[in-house]
Amino acid sequence: MIHPIPPGTRDVLPDEMRELRAISGGMRSRFEQAGYGEVHTPALEYEDVLRRGEERAAGARYRTFDGQGDVLALRSDMTIPIARVVATRYAEAEPPLRFCYFAHAWRTTDRGVGEPREFLQGGLELIGPSAPEGEAEVLALTIAALDEAGLRRHRVGVGDGSLYRRLLGALDVPAEEHLPLLECLSRRDLVGLDMRVSALDGIGERERELLVRLPELRGGREVLERADGPVAEAVQGLRAIHELLAERGMAERVIFDLGLVRELGYYTGAVFEVYDPAVGFALGGGGRYDELLGRFGRALPACGMALDVQRVHMARAAEEALG
Amino acid sequence: MSSGLTIAVPRGALFDGALDLLDALGVDTAEVRANDRKLLFEEAGIVTMRPSDVPTYVEHGSADIGITGKDVLLEQAHRNVYELLDLGFGRCRMVVAATEGGDPIGSALRRLGRVRIATKYPRIAERHFSETGRQAEIVEVKGSVELAPLTGLVDGIVDLTATGTTLAQNGLREVEEIEVCTARLIANPVAHKLKAEQIDAIVERVRAR
Repeated sequence: MIHPIPPGTRDVLPDEMRELRAISGGMRSRFEQAGYGEVHTPALEYEDVLRRGEERAAGARYRTFDGQGDVLALRSDMTIPIARVVATRYAEAEPPLRFCYFAHAWRTTDRGVGEPREFLQGGLELIGPSAPEGEAEVLALTIAALDEAGLRRHRVGVGDGSLYRRLLGALDVPAEEHLPLLECLSRRDLVGLDMRVSALDGIGERERELLVRLPELRGGREVLERADGPVAEAVQGLRAIHELLAERGMAERVIFDLGLVRELGYYTGAVFEVYDPAVGFALGGGGRYDELLGRFGRALPACGMALDVQRVHMARAAEEALG
Repeated sequence: MSSGLTIAVPRGALFDGALDLLDALGVDTAEVRANDRKLLFEEAGIVTMRPSDVPTYVEHGSADIGITGKDVLLEQAHRNVYELLDLGFGRCRMVVAATEGGDPIGSALRRLGRVRIATKYPRIAERHFSETGRQAEIVEVKGSVELAPLTGLVDGIVDLTATGTTLAQNGLREVEEIEVCTARLIANPVAHKLKAEQIDAIVERVRAR
């Protein structure tokens, strides 16, 4: 008899489970060694509470009602529940606070068949340290944890989610053009971006060039040298991250990417994405979210990273297949 | 010579333009031109496929970059790929068309409150009518769309037209333009980061043309 399960969910059988456990076990031991204690939070939360963290993610959450008519939602990431935990259970604790997790999250999808709606995230949150020390610690630990998980070729992309917004402000681009331009960037539509920039009034040739070329700047430290004008100041933060990672001997694992944006709205500075050349999709991402904890009543700077454990598994299998 | 990248090349209307472009970039396409049925050309780093499959292969990373029409990208707007360049060739237009004489679309909307539209591009059609505040019932067809209004299946169609000849020959006329579509260069998001030098080399050479 075949009994169906909802699309985007799946059963994990022993062979796969053993490999997934080996991967998450390796990552967990690295996190624990570095002082990140594992936490777990309820799958179901009050929607009102999750909404405090991020308004835009709300649409992607599965919802239900409890007996009192309160709206409950399945968590769509672990960062927001951990922000709640910090404000509630660590209200007086002296920072820094370090947490890791291995937990499922759920998101609706409009892509239909095959796109996962339930996924296993392994990640870490570092609460207290500001830029660039926090970023360097999270990035170095992510790279080390993926080493432990058996990957060999992984790299981390680092950008600044506020960079393009600041550039638009610095170049006096009309305010009503900001959102459409940022949407082009977030859709990775560089043709649309170019067309919109060309149509802008009262912007000089050099400024246009900067607006179109900035998202194309990605690579090693040389990228940060090539960013001039109003961007030069903004990439100071990325330079500082580079220096700290170079001290740890990890600079060559990092790709600076001035066009990198992440969908979630709570990021306030650096944003991260994790790649492996063996697969065509990112393995996870993260960034700095200095305002999120304040929305729960404990204003502290923080940054973190979330990896999709199943994607890490796929990347490992693909690396092995390449030999 | 190979570009060091795997390139998804569309067969069909964009095929010649795509191969001419690759020749100009120094990618050897002789073998591709000589083989009608072969699909994978490892030496040149080229895979050939129908245009609507290009975003699928590029999104997955089976191809690093690809060439396809803007019409395909609009229809598959959910694909996670970079749209890098407007390549300029393969120019055509996505239009709404209806039978000549009278105003079947306006009349359906006025009397029935909704219009029936046949198309091979259901997402583009859906979006266009919804953005212009009109209720449309989209009928997806796989073959010649021009037939649908002639047999009374629908009130109008959304389709791609280059010269308008096929429309005219079937007694149809364009009533609205939705979008001008040309060939685009797209890239896998991970390749865009990890193979930045090779991809930028191609982008720069296309821009310099």
